Amino acid sequence: MILLELFLTFLKIGAFTFGGGYAMLPLIQSEVERHGWLTQAEVVDFIAVSESTPGPLAINMATFIGIRTGGILGAVCATFGVVLPSFVIILIVAKFYEKFRKSRVVDGVMFGLRPAVIGLIGAAFLSVGMTVFFPNGLKSAVFSNAGLWTSLGIFTAGAVLAFRKVHPIVIIAVSAVMGIAAGYAMEL
Amino acid sequence: MFIEVMPVNKVIDLFVTFLKIGAFTFGGGYAMIPLIQREVCENKKWLNDDDILEIVAIAESTPGPVAINAATFVGSRTAGTVGAVCATLGVVLPSFLIISVISYVLRAFQESRAVQYAFMGIRAGVLALILKAVYTMFRSAKKHGVSYFIMAAALVLTALLKTDAVFVIIGCGTFGLVWSLIFGKKGED
Repeated sequence: MILLELFLTFLKIGAFTFGGGYAMLPLIQSEVERHGWLTQAEVVDFIAVSESTPGPLAINMATFIGIRTGGILGAVCATFGVVLPSFVIILIVAKFYEKFRKSRVVDGVMFGLRPAVIGLIGAAFLSVGMTVFFPNGLKSAVFSNAGLWTSLGIFTAGAVLAFRKVHPIVIIAVSAVMGIAAGYAMEL
Repeated sequence: MFIEVMPVNKVIDLFVTFLKIGAFTFGGGYAMIPLIQREVCENKKWLNDDDILEIVAIAESTPGPVAINAATFVGSRTAGTVGAVCATLGVVLPSFLIISVISYVLRAFQESRAVQYAFMGIRAGVLALILKAVYTMFRSAKKHGVSYFIMAAALVLTALLKTDAVFVIIGCGTFGLVWSLIFGKKGED
Protein backbone atom coordinates (compact mmCIF):
# COMPACT_ATOMS: atom_id res chain seq x y z
CA MET A 1 0.00 0.00 0.00
CA ILE A 2 2.77 2.40 1.00
CA LEU A 3 4.61 1.37 -2.17
CA LEU A 4 1.67 2.27 -4.39
CA GLU A 5 1.19 5.52 -2.48
CA LEU A 6 4.86 6.42 -2.97
CA PHE A 7 4.69 5.58 -6.66
CA LEU A 8 1.54 7.62 -7.28
CA THR A 9 2.71 10.61 -5.21
CA PHE A 10 6.01 10.83 -7.06
CA LEU A 11 4.29 10.24 -10.38
CA LYS A 12 2.26 13.36 -9.62
CA ILE A 13 5.38 15.29 -8.57
CA GLY A 14 7.16 14.22 -11.78
CA ALA A 15 4.21 15.18 -13.95
CA PHE A 16 3.73 18.65 -12.50
CA THR A 17 7.27 19.91 -12.05
CA PHE A 18 8.58 22.27 -14.68
CA GLY A 19 12.09 23.66 -14.71
CA GLY A 20 13.43 21.00 -12.36
CA GLY A 21 15.22 21.28 -9.05
CA TYR A 22 13.88 23.86 -6.63
CA ALA A 23 10.66 24.25 -8.62
CA MET A 24 9.52 20.92 -7.24
CA LEU A 25 9.97 21.98 -3.60
CA PRO A 26 6.45 23.30 -2.94
CA LEU A 27 5.04 20.07 -4.37
CA ILE A 28 7.35 17.88 -2.32
CA GLN A 29 6.70 19.92 0.82
CA SER A 30 2.93 19.69 0.54
CA GLU A 31 2.86 16.01 -0.43
CA VAL A 32 5.32 14.97 2.28
CA GLU A 33 3.36 16.94 4.87
CA ARG A 34 0.02 15.53 3.76
CA HIS A 35 1.30 11.97 4.11
CA GLY A 36 3.32 12.73 7.25
CA TRP A 37 6.45 11.22 5.71
CA LEU A 38 9.05 13.74 6.87
CA THR A 39 9.06 16.95 8.92
CA GLN A 40 9.67 20.26 7.13
CA ALA A 41 13.10 20.48 8.79
CA GLU A 42 13.97 17.04 7.44
CA VAL A 43 12.97 18.18 3.94
CA VAL A 44 15.33 21.16 4.23
CA ASP A 45 18.12 18.93 5.59
CA PHE A 46 17.63 16.69 2.67
CA ILE A 47 17.86 19.50 0.11
CA ALA A 48 21.35 20.06 1.53
CA VAL A 49 22.24 16.39 1.17
CA SER A 50 20.93 16.42 -2.41
CA GLU A 51 23.00 19.47 -3.26
CA SER A 52 26.16 17.86 -1.92
CA THR A 53 25.76 14.51 -3.68
CA PRO A 54 25.87 13.93 -7.43
CA GLY A 55 22.71 13.50 -9.45
CA PRO A 56 19.45 15.34 -10.04
CA LEU A 57 17.66 16.78 -6.99
CA ALA A 58 14.41 15.08 -7.98
CA ILE A 59 15.94 11.61 -8.08
CA ASN A 60 17.83 12.18 -4.83
CA MET A 61 14.66 13.38 -3.08
CA ALA A 62 12.53 10.52 -4.39
CA THR A 63 15.10 7.90 -3.42
CA PHE A 64 15.55 9.35 0.06
CA ILE A 65 11.87 9.78 0.90
CA GLY A 66 11.17 6.35 -0.59
CA ILE A 67 13.82 4.65 1.52
CA ARG A 68 12.73 6.41 4.72
CA THR A 69 9.11 5.39 4.30
CA GLY A 70 9.23 2.07 2.46
CA GLY A 71 12.81 0.81 2.46
CA ILE A 72 14.68 -0.06 -0.72
CA LEU A 73 11.48 -1.11 -2.51
CA GLY A 74 9.94 2.22 -1.52
CA ALA A 75 12.94 4.00 -3.05
CA VAL A 76 12.52 2.05 -6.28
CA CYS A 77 8.79 2.89 -6.47
CA ALA A 78 9.27 6.60 -5.71
CA THR A 79 12.15 6.97 -8.18
CA PHE A 80 10.31 5.06 -10.88
CA GLY A 81 7.29 7.29 -10.29
CA VAL A 82 9.20 10.57 -10.59
CA VAL A 83 11.00 9.41 -13.76
CA LEU A 84 8.06 7.89 -15.64
CA PRO A 85 6.13 11.03 -16.75
CA SER A 86 9.31 12.68 -18.13
CA PHE A 87 10.31 9.52 -19.90
CA VAL A 88 6.99 8.92 -21.63
CA ILE A 89 6.46 12.57 -22.56
CA ILE A 90 9.97 12.97 -24.01
CA LEU A 91 9.62 9.79 -26.06
CA ILE A 92 6.47 11.24 -27.62
CA VAL A 93 7.94 14.73 -28.06
CA ALA A 94 11.13 13.34 -29.68
CA LYS A 95 8.96 11.82 -32.41
CA PHE A 96 6.90 14.94 -33.05
CA TYR A 97 9.58 17.49 -32.34
CA GLU A 98 8.80 19.96 -35.14
CA LYS A 99 5.10 20.06 -34.28
CA PHE A 100 5.91 20.48 -30.62
CA ARG A 101 8.30 23.37 -31.24
CA LYS A 102 5.86 25.28 -33.40
CA SER A 103 2.82 24.56 -31.26
CA ARG A 104 0.99 27.70 -30.15
CA VAL A 105 -0.56 25.71 -27.32
CA VAL A 106 2.82 24.70 -25.84
CA ASP A 107 4.01 28.27 -26.33
CA GLY A 108 0.97 29.69 -24.57
CA VAL A 109 1.13 27.29 -21.66
CA MET A 110 4.83 28.10 -21.16
CA PHE A 111 3.97 31.81 -21.26
CA GLY A 112 2.04 31.16 -18.06
CA LEU A 113 4.31 28.53 -16.51
CA ARG A 114 7.67 30.31 -16.69
CA PRO A 115 6.69 33.10 -14.28
CA ALA A 116 4.64 30.64 -12.19
CA VAL A 117 7.76 28.60 -11.47
CA ILE A 118 9.47 31.73 -10.10
CA GLY A 119 6.48 32.35 -7.83
CA LEU A 120 6.59 28.72 -6.66
CA ILE A 121 10.29 28.90 -5.78
CA GLY A 122 9.57 32.20 -4.01
CA ALA A 123 6.96 30.36 -1.94
CA ALA A 124 9.49 27.60 -1.19
CA PHE A 125 11.91 30.30 0.01
CA LEU A 126 9.30 31.67 2.42
CA SER A 127 8.32 28.31 3.87
CA VAL A 128 11.91 27.12 4.21
CA GLY A 129 12.60 30.50 5.88
CA MET A 130 9.86 29.80 8.44
CA THR A 131 11.39 26.38 9.16
CA VAL A 132 14.86 27.86 9.55
CA PHE A 133 14.07 30.93 11.65
CA PHE A 134 10.98 29.83 13.57
CA PRO A 135 11.10 26.07 13.93
CA ASN A 136 7.97 25.29 15.92
CA GLY A 137 7.49 22.23 18.02
CA LEU A 138 11.18 21.74 18.67
CA LYS A 139 12.10 19.76 21.76
CA SER A 140 15.77 20.57 21.71
CA ALA A 141 17.06 23.54 23.69
CA VAL A 142 19.33 24.29 20.75
CA PHE A 143 16.66 26.43 19.15
CA SER A 144 16.45 29.44 21.39
CA ASN A 145 16.65 33.14 20.69
CA ALA A 146 20.36 32.61 20.25
CA GLY A 147 19.45 30.00 17.64
CA LEU A 148 17.47 32.58 15.66
CA TRP A 149 20.42 34.99 15.58
CA THR A 150 22.80 32.21 14.64
CA SER A 151 20.55 31.17 11.74
CA LEU A 152 20.28 34.79 10.60
CA GLY A 153 24.06 35.14 10.71
CA ILE A 154 24.68 31.95 8.76
CA PHE A 155 21.97 32.83 6.24
CA THR A 156 23.55 36.25 5.65
CA ALA A 157 27.01 34.74 5.23
CA GLY A 158 25.60 32.07 2.89
CA ALA A 159 23.78 34.69 0.81
CA VAL A 160 26.94 36.79 0.43
CA LEU A 161 28.86 33.70 -0.74
CA ALA A 162 26.03 32.57 -3.05
CA PHE A 163 25.85 35.96 -4.78
CA ARG A 164 29.61 35.84 -5.26
CA LYS A 165 29.01 32.62 -7.20
CA VAL A 166 30.72 30.37 -4.65
CA HIS A 167 29.86 26.72 -5.33
CA PRO A 168 26.82 25.41 -3.36
CA ILE A 169 28.84 22.56 -1.83
CA VAL A 170 31.30 25.06 -0.36
CA ILE A 171 28.40 27.11 1.05
CA ILE A 172 26.88 24.01 2.64
CA ALA A 173 30.24 23.02 4.15
CA VAL A 174 30.83 26.52 5.54
CA SER A 175 27.28 26.60 6.98
CA ALA A 176 27.82 23.23 8.64
CA VAL A 177 31.05 24.37 10.29
CA MET A 178 29.42 27.62 11.47
CA GLY A 179 26.46 25.63 12.82
CA ILE A 180 28.70 23.28 14.79
CA ALA A 181 30.79 26.16 16.17
CA ALA A 182 27.69 28.15 17.18
CA GLY A 183 26.01 25.08 18.68
CA TYR A 184 28.90 24.24 20.97
CA ALA A 185 29.42 27.93 21.81
CA MET A 186 25.78 28.14 22.97
CA GLU A 187 26.36 25.21 25.30
CA LEU A 188 29.05 27.11 27.20
CA MET B 1 16.31 -10.55 -36.63
CA PHE B 2 15.61 -7.69 -34.27
CA ILE B 3 18.79 -8.32 -32.33
CA GLU B 4 20.78 -7.72 -35.49
CA VAL B 5 19.01 -4.44 -36.16
CA MET B 6 19.47 -3.22 -32.61
CA PRO B 7 22.89 -1.53 -32.07
CA VAL B 8 23.83 -3.37 -28.88
CA ASN B 9 27.21 -1.69 -28.48
CA LYS B 10 25.70 1.75 -28.84
CA VAL B 11 23.07 0.96 -26.25
CA ILE B 12 25.67 -0.17 -23.72
CA ASP B 13 27.76 2.88 -24.58
CA LEU B 14 24.73 5.12 -23.89
CA PHE B 15 24.21 3.49 -20.51
CA VAL B 16 27.85 3.90 -19.48
CA THR B 17 28.05 7.49 -20.76
CA PHE B 18 24.98 8.56 -18.79
CA LEU B 19 26.13 6.61 -15.76
CA LYS B 20 29.23 8.78 -15.85
CA ILE B 21 27.19 11.96 -16.33
CA GLY B 22 24.91 11.03 -13.42
CA ALA B 23 27.83 10.25 -11.15
CA PHE B 24 29.72 13.49 -11.77
CA THR B 25 27.03 16.17 -11.85
CA PHE B 26 26.33 18.10 -8.69
CA GLY B 27 23.20 20.23 -8.47
CA GLY B 28 21.49 18.21 -11.19
CA GLY B 29 19.54 19.44 -14.20
CA TYR B 30 21.11 22.40 -15.91
CA ALA B 31 24.53 21.68 -14.39
CA MET B 32 24.42 18.50 -16.44
CA ILE B 33 24.05 20.15 -19.85
CA PRO B 34 27.73 21.08 -20.40
CA LEU B 35 28.75 17.54 -19.45
CA ILE B 36 26.20 16.03 -21.83
CA GLN B 37 27.46 18.30 -24.57
CA ARG B 38 31.07 17.25 -24.06
CA GLU B 39 30.32 13.54 -23.89
CA VAL B 40 27.57 13.27 -26.48
CA CYS B 41 28.75 15.84 -29.05
CA GLU B 42 32.52 16.13 -28.73
CA ASN B 43 33.52 12.64 -27.59
CA LYS B 44 30.88 10.32 -29.05
CA LYS B 45 29.64 12.54 -31.90
CA TRP B 46 26.12 11.16 -31.50
CA LEU B 47 24.50 14.58 -31.77
CA ASN B 48 25.60 18.12 -32.66
CA ASP B 49 25.48 21.36 -30.69
CA ASP B 50 22.15 22.40 -32.19
CA ASP B 51 20.61 19.22 -30.82
CA ILE B 52 21.78 20.22 -27.34
CA LEU B 53 20.00 23.57 -27.66
CA GLU B 54 16.89 21.67 -28.71
CA ILE B 55 17.19 19.46 -25.66
CA VAL B 56 17.40 22.46 -23.33
CA ALA B 57 14.35 24.03 -25.00
CA ILE B 58 12.37 20.81 -24.74
CA ALA B 59 13.43 20.06 -21.16
CA GLU B 60 12.18 23.51 -20.17
CA SER B 61 8.76 23.04 -21.69
CA THR B 62 8.04 19.49 -20.58
CA PRO B 63 7.41 18.35 -17.02
CA GLY B 64 9.88 16.38 -14.95
CA PRO B 65 13.53 16.64 -13.95
CA VAL B 66 15.74 18.26 -16.63
CA ALA B 67 18.29 15.43 -16.27
CA ILE B 68 15.70 12.76 -17.11
CA ASN B 69 14.31 14.77 -20.00
CA ALA B 70 17.79 15.22 -21.45
CA ALA B 71 18.84 11.58 -20.99
CA THR B 72 15.62 10.24 -22.52
CA PHE B 73 15.86 12.62 -25.47
CA VAL B 74 19.50 11.84 -26.26
CA GLY B 75 18.90 8.10 -25.86
CA SER B 76 15.86 8.10 -28.11
CA ARG B 77 17.59 10.20 -30.79
CA THR B 78 20.67 7.97 -30.73
CA ALA B 79 19.23 4.47 -30.41
CA GLY B 80 15.43 4.63 -30.20
CA THR B 81 13.32 3.57 -27.25
CA VAL B 82 15.82 1.00 -25.96
CA GLY B 83 18.47 3.72 -26.04
CA ALA B 84 16.17 6.01 -24.06
CA VAL B 85 15.68 3.34 -21.40
CA CYS B 86 19.44 2.74 -21.09
CA ALA B 87 20.39 6.42 -20.94
CA THR B 88 17.71 7.16 -18.33
CA LEU B 89 18.64 4.14 -16.22
CA GLY B 90 22.28 5.21 -16.41
CA VAL B 91 21.63 8.77 -15.24
CA VAL B 92 19.40 7.61 -12.35
CA LEU B 93 21.52 4.75 -11.02
CA PRO B 94 24.42 6.66 -9.35
CA SER B 95 22.01 8.96 -7.45
CA PHE B 96 19.95 6.02 -6.37
CA LEU B 97 22.89 4.05 -5.00
CA ILE B 98 24.61 7.00 -3.33
CA ILE B 99 21.44 8.23 -1.63
CA SER B 100 20.57 4.73 -0.43
CA VAL B 101 23.91 4.50 1.33
CA ILE B 102 23.72 8.06 2.69
CA SER B 103 20.26 7.60 4.16
CA TYR B 104 21.55 4.76 6.34
CA VAL B 105 24.64 6.71 7.35
CA LEU B 106 22.50 9.75 8.27
CA ARG B 107 20.17 7.61 10.34
CA ALA B 108 23.11 6.22 12.27
CA PHE B 109 24.46 9.68 13.11
CA GLN B 110 21.27 11.71 13.48
CA GLU B 111 21.34 11.52 17.29
CA SER B 112 24.84 13.04 17.40
CA ARG B 113 24.86 16.62 18.70
CA ALA B 114 27.53 17.71 16.23
CA VAL B 115 25.38 16.47 13.34
CA GLN B 116 22.32 18.28 14.71
CA TYR B 117 24.29 21.53 15.03
CA ALA B 118 25.73 21.05 11.55
CA PHE B 119 22.24 20.71 10.09
CA MET B 120 21.07 23.77 12.03
CA GLY B 121 23.75 25.70 10.12
CA ILE B 122 23.14 23.91 6.84
CA ARG B 123 19.41 24.76 6.84
CA ALA B 124 20.29 28.47 6.92
CA GLY B 125 22.83 27.90 4.12
CA VAL B 126 20.21 26.12 1.97
CA LEU B 127 17.88 29.07 2.46
CA ALA B 128 20.61 31.30 1.00
CA LEU B 129 20.94 28.95 -2.00
CA ILE B 130 17.19 29.12 -2.66
CA LEU B 131 17.28 32.92 -2.44
CA LYS B 132 20.06 32.97 -5.05
CA ALA B 133 18.07 30.64 -7.32
CA VAL B 134 14.92 32.82 -7.14
CA TYR B 135 16.96 35.95 -7.78
CA THR B 136 18.75 34.46 -10.81
CA MET B 137 15.47 33.24 -12.34
CA PHE B 138 13.77 36.56 -11.64
CA ARG B 139 16.62 38.44 -13.34
CA SER B 140 16.35 36.34 -16.50
CA ALA B 141 12.53 36.40 -16.61
CA LYS B 142 10.56 38.44 -19.14
CA LYS B 143 9.79 41.84 -17.65
CA HIS B 144 6.19 42.73 -18.34
CA GLY B 145 2.92 43.16 -16.47
CA VAL B 146 1.34 39.78 -17.15
CA SER B 147 4.51 37.98 -16.14
CA TYR B 148 4.72 39.89 -12.83
CA PHE B 149 1.04 39.22 -12.23
CA ILE B 150 1.46 35.45 -12.70
CA MET B 151 4.58 35.40 -10.46
CA ALA B 152 2.73 37.24 -7.69
CA ALA B 153 -0.39 35.10 -8.06
CA ALA B 154 1.62 31.86 -7.86
CA LEU B 155 3.52 33.16 -4.82
CA VAL B 156 0.42 34.32 -2.92
CA LEU B 157 -1.63 31.22 -3.78
CA THR B 158 1.12 28.82 -2.70
CA ALA B 159 2.65 30.64 0.27
CA LEU B 160 -0.33 32.40 1.84
CA LEU B 161 -3.43 30.54 0.68
CA LYS B 162 -1.72 27.13 0.80
CA THR B 163 -3.15 26.15 -2.57
CA ASP B 164 -1.90 22.80 -3.87
CA ALA B 165 1.05 23.46 -6.20
CA VAL B 166 -0.55 21.17 -8.80
CA PHE B 167 -3.54 23.53 -9.07
CA VAL B 168 -1.25 26.54 -9.25
CA ILE B 169 0.63 24.92 -12.17
CA ILE B 170 -2.58 23.94 -13.99
CA GLY B 171 -4.11 27.37 -13.31
CA CYS B 172 -1.10 29.39 -14.47
CA GLY B 173 -0.61 27.22 -17.56
CA THR B 174 -4.26 27.60 -18.53
CA PHE B 175 -4.16 31.33 -17.85
CA GLY B 176 -1.04 31.71 -20.01
CA LEU B 177 -2.61 29.72 -22.84
CA VAL B 178 -5.90 31.64 -22.81
CA TRP B 179 -4.14 35.01 -22.50
CA SER B 180 -1.71 34.34 -25.36
CA LEU B 181 -4.48 33.00 -27.64
CA ILE B 182 -6.67 36.08 -27.03
CA PHE B 183 -4.12 38.89 -26.78
CA GLY B 184 -1.07 37.30 -28.39
CA LYS B 185 1.98 37.92 -26.26
CA LYS B 186 1.31 41.60 -25.99
CA GLY B 187 3.62 43.46 -23.67
CA GLU B 188 6.38 40.95 -24.14
CA ASP B 189 9.67 42.33 -25.41
